[in-house]
Amino acid sequence: MKYFKTDTIELNLGPQHPATHGVLRIKLHLDGEMIVKAEILIGYLHRGTEKIMENVNYIQAMVWTDRMDYLAPILNNFAYILAVEKLLGITPPLRAQYIRVILAEFSRIASHLVWLGTHLLDLGFMTPLMYAFREREKILDLLEEVTGQRMNNSFFRIGGVGADLPDGWEERALNFLEDFEKKLGEIEKMVYENEIFILRTKNVGILPVELAIELGVTGPPLRGSGLPYDIRKFFPYSSYDHFEFKIPTGEIGDVYDRFFVRVEEMKQSKRIIKQAIKNLPQGDVLLNDFKIVPPPKEKVYDGIEEMIHHFKIISEGIKFPKGEVYMSCEGAKGELGFYIVSDGTNKPYRVRIRPPSFYNLQALEYVLPGNLLQDAIAIIGSFDPVLGEIDR
Amino acid sequence: MENLKEILKEKFGEKVSFKEERGELEIIFSEDILFDALKFLRENPFLFFDFLIDLTAVHYPKEEKKFAIVYHLYSFKFSKRIRVKSFLEEPYVKSVTSIWKGASWPERETYDMFGIHFYDHPNLKRILLWEKFPGFPLRKDFDMDTEIPNPDFSEIEE
Repeated sequence: MKYFKTDTIELNLGPQHPATHGVLRIKLHLDGEMIVKAEILIGYLHRGTEKIMENVNYIQAMVWTDRMDYLAPILNNFAYILAVEKLLGITPPLRAQYIRVILAEFSRIASHLVWLGTHLLDLGFMTPLMYAFREREKILDLLEEVTGQRMNNSFFRIGGVGADLPDGWEERALNFLEDFEKKLGEIEKMVYENEIFILRTKNVGILPVELAIELGVTGPPLRGSGLPYDIRKFFPYSSYDHFEFKIPTGEIGDVYDRFFVRVEEMKQSKRIIKQAIKNLPQGDVLLNDFKIVPPPKEKVYDGIEEMIHHFKIISEGIKFPKGEVYMSCEGAKGELGFYIVSDGTNKPYRVRIRPPSFYNLQALEYVLPGNLLQDAIAIIGSFDPVLGEIDR
Repeated sequence: MENLKEILKEKFGEKVSFKEERGELEIIFSEDILFDALKFLRENPFLFFDFLIDLTAVHYPKEEKKFAIVYHLYSFKFSKRIRVKSFLEEPYVKSVTSIWKGASWPERETYDMFGIHFYDHPNLKRILLWEKFPGFPLRKDFDMDTEIPNPDFSEIEE
């Protein structure tokens, strides 16, 4: 090879390519089949979410968070609501906190299942996609029963959740979980004992932990590199400290480790849901403060005071105190943070979203060079980027 | 880590101030020492803020210092999260990509949305919008009725 002068060629991967999982475009500079440089171009799905949120009130702003990480909208709502509640200085009732945890963990599993199926499809496995989507559909059915929608739920409210769990839901959820680990085991058996899978993932796309920290990588990619950083443990929110769970970590940060971490995380989510359902406290699911929470409909028709509160909240929104907060939660892809600046009106002065995929994707520029073109597909999939969140 | 305030006071004197609200510590540096202060926060072994959580800006068109630049930092060693802030008169500030590599994209986004120029940035160009987009949309004085021309995809190529 040394004796021939070779030119690099440019290859556009995306924006319309099934293996990039959305409208992600990567300009690869190739020397033969070896990647020498990767330029990542984003912005094809930019909708100006942050600007829109400045122009609507705090309650209306929440529906925009659904459209960020569209595979796990409940987790986006979660982070936003936590930030808003911190700004107001309120804590929802314990039952609401537990319900939030249950729904959030179900969303995490659903999001990881989509990743599991599509990532394995990229690697040439057809069957796990069908298995994973079958399980995901069951989760979406469970979520639909509670929230009324399969996706874009917007079920959380400032001060609690929209409604209590329907009758018998806990049992159906537990039945599903009982079955789920077995079904996950089927997929695991299919891949972990497969030599092709091992060859395509082990020692491919290594992200050293020092580089991961420097690049702001969070979530499964960071844990895959061996650092057990999880917001649920480090800054517990919404009673996560009541539950027992482990933070799975990888060893060297290759595609295999990131795969392993996500699969183990699903099992830990299952553990959390089981504990939450078992210890679900009784009580209200929404605060009783009618300055923040719209009163129940029956009361609105009867009482003049409730009528006024209802009218105020629906027409004008809630007045927020001045100040700034940063609040983050462990999203499906990593640390999902909201930085909200309030100027004392009913609309946020500035909302900054810290999308985990945005920072995780940055690492691709460093990880891709030195790998073969066909490995690029495996590496992109292992970072699980969701473009709705990156471009906002 | 408990003596964070004393360390910074001793080092930067008048040019640093603190604010604590809702359990979040905010450190405000004056504009001229901002880069040195961030480097100090990163490298001092008793502080060691090795993780840049986020970088963004806020626009205050009515104030004298129109832009606030905000860094959220985290220290893995001491498990501490802080917010560093500085108010800028002009939209120029030194890039922190030499301290945290991960600052590259958020700085590009801040440039894209606010028109804040980060000098010494290796590749400062728009990231989410296209090069010929008129104005900077997250500035408060950006007119929401501005007619936005469609991007010309033949130009985007390079």
